[in-house]
Amino acid sequence: MNRLAIPKTYKLYIGGKFPRSESGRVYEVLSHQGDFLANAAKGSRKDARDAVVAARSALSGWASATAYNRGQVLYRIAELLEGRRAQFVDEIENSEGVTTAVANAQVDEAIDRWVWYAGWADKYVQVAGNANPVAGPFFNLSVPEPTGVVAIIAPQGNESLLGLVSAIAPALVAGNTVVVVANENAPLSAISLGEVLATSDVPGGVVNIVTGSPAEIAPWLASHADVNALDLVGAGDLDWVELQISAAETLKRVLPPESGADAAAPALSRILAFTELKTVWHTKAIL
Amino acid sequence: MTSSPLATYQPDQRALALIGGEATDANLRRYLHGIPGIDAVGLEARAADLGTRSIKTSSKRWAIDTIIGLIDLTTLEGADTPGKVRSLVAKALIPDPKDPGCPRVAAVCVYGDMVGDAVTALGSAHAAGGTDGVNVAAVATAFPSGRASLSVKLADVRDAVTAGADEIDMVIDRGAFLAGRFGQVYDEIVAVKEACRRADGTLAHLKVILETGELNTYDNVRRASWLAILAGGDFIKTSTGKVAPAATLPVTLSMLEVVRDWHRLTGVRIGVKPAGGIRTSKDAIKYLVTVAETVGEEWLTPHLFRFGASSLLNDVLLQRQKMTTGHYSGPDYVTID
Repeated sequence: MNRLAIPKTYKLYIGGKFPRSESGRVYEVLSHQGDFLANAAKGSRKDARDAVVAARSALSGWASATAYNRGQVLYRIAELLEGRRAQFVDEIENSEGVTTAVANAQVDEAIDRWVWYAGWADKYVQVAGNANPVAGPFFNLSVPEPTGVVAIIAPQGNESLLGLVSAIAPALVAGNTVVVVANENAPLSAISLGEVLATSDVPGGVVNIVTGSPAEIAPWLASHADVNALDLVGAGDLDWVELQISAAETLKRVLPPESGADAAAPALSRILAFTELKTVWHTKAIL
Repeated sequence: MTSSPLATYQPDQRALALIGGEATDANLRRYLHGIPGIDAVGLEARAADLGTRSIKTSSKRWAIDTIIGLIDLTTLEGADTPGKVRSLVAKALIPDPKDPGCPRVAAVCVYGDMVGDAVTALGSAHAAGGTDGVNVAAVATAFPSGRASLSVKLADVRDAVTAGADEIDMVIDRGAFLAGRFGQVYDEIVAVKEACRRADGTLAHLKVILETGELNTYDNVRRASWLAILAGGDFIKTSTGKVAPAATLPVTLSMLEVVRDWHRLTGVRIGVKPAGGIRTSKDAIKYLVTVAETVGEEWLTPHLFRFGASSLLNDVLLQRQKMTTGHYSGPDYVTID
């Protein structure tokens, strides 16, 4: 007996919830061979706007969580990814047309990268911060703080899960909140990652995932006055110079596109790219 | 309809003619309970339907400027200071410092003891009941509970009027209303209206707050609306903003229907002010649609319709900036209240 297949409709992940696109649009996600895999929501500028509102309201809680706590929460994501790896391997195999071994290797790499970045949460301040020498009876301390709401165009290449993780994990380490436009052709692992995040300890709104066309959504995020930074890592095929120019109107931090096998390679510099150095003076009291 | 003989009566005589005798509990109960009941399901469906209109860009631009001009910018906190009132007035006069074309709000709404500060801060921009500038509204009559003796309430009103308030937002005695003592509620409104008289004989505008969140049913809202209008209120206002639920679209719709019926009956236009809980321009536009569809677009003037709100203005300004600049704005670009 033939059983009727039940394809899943993938929705957006905004503010800890899974809404449909405000526009009501969906698009077909195809496998590497061109077969129908699933319907995904085709996000609009208004979905991106709602995501920014959610990210903004989640910012103060996430940024003020202790570094130790943020590290634990990020590590917990890696644990949950490990538990649901079969689903991710399956989605990667289907949408990227790779062997099970290759898909497994990508999931391994993605999990390891979460763990690597999670470890930095309570360490990067020691590396990037400083007690500056000053000519007077003062402490002079420079401390990195999160930039704020970071909009990310996820890598659009082959390794959909790894690319997404490489882009969002470093921004989260310092306490930023994130609005990410997923890989347009292979968005399934992005929304599945959203399902992992929703059941992990990450507060709603810290990560917001919008699927759809980066070319359509990116200009609205680049010009949005309530976005503090823009990671164009996956925007190589877009008119990214224009995006940089409109981001400059509201003084955003911008990371340029990267391509090739080591795009968004794990590095401390990716964490520090979305931090602001705060320097305080304090009198040396008699202790 | 406006040619009815009621239109020719003096206001106080008109109420008595309608009620059919003196404003006693018995006469008022007979009249108010004789008003047809409200179909709650139909009312909510109608309100929900009015909220689904698609507003195109050019209409939205008009709507946003109209909303700003209809706002009673409000601060009603125990922690209000003269400085807070001054900054509220500054915002009322120049809502968006980056855009001189942005209209002013209709009025600022403060507690009675802050009226003097508001009038001083407004200076020459004080409209004093006119249309050129910003008016000062004061809440009075033991706002928000209304639990005080009549003499205290009237003194509260006279203080605010003497200090220069152009509009008085009074609360009705919900306890008396719910207990069926309609005559007491009626007499209080009449007495407060008289207390609104200034030294030169003119009257401050009287808004009657029904506090619909405490009236429990739409039928009660309709009766309280009739009662407030019969007693001489110039405006009927949904809520104090201190009780949840505050203004909702169905409640406002039912009050607008009373206002429409009163206009048909007497030719007199009564104002409506939803207050509390309206925080986004999207919500506010739904109210504009409801007003235009229920009583007509001529009600969309500050004399006949107001929004009682504090955080609404910031959201409207963000929308306005989005329409002017073409990109989304953020809370860093409006004031912190």
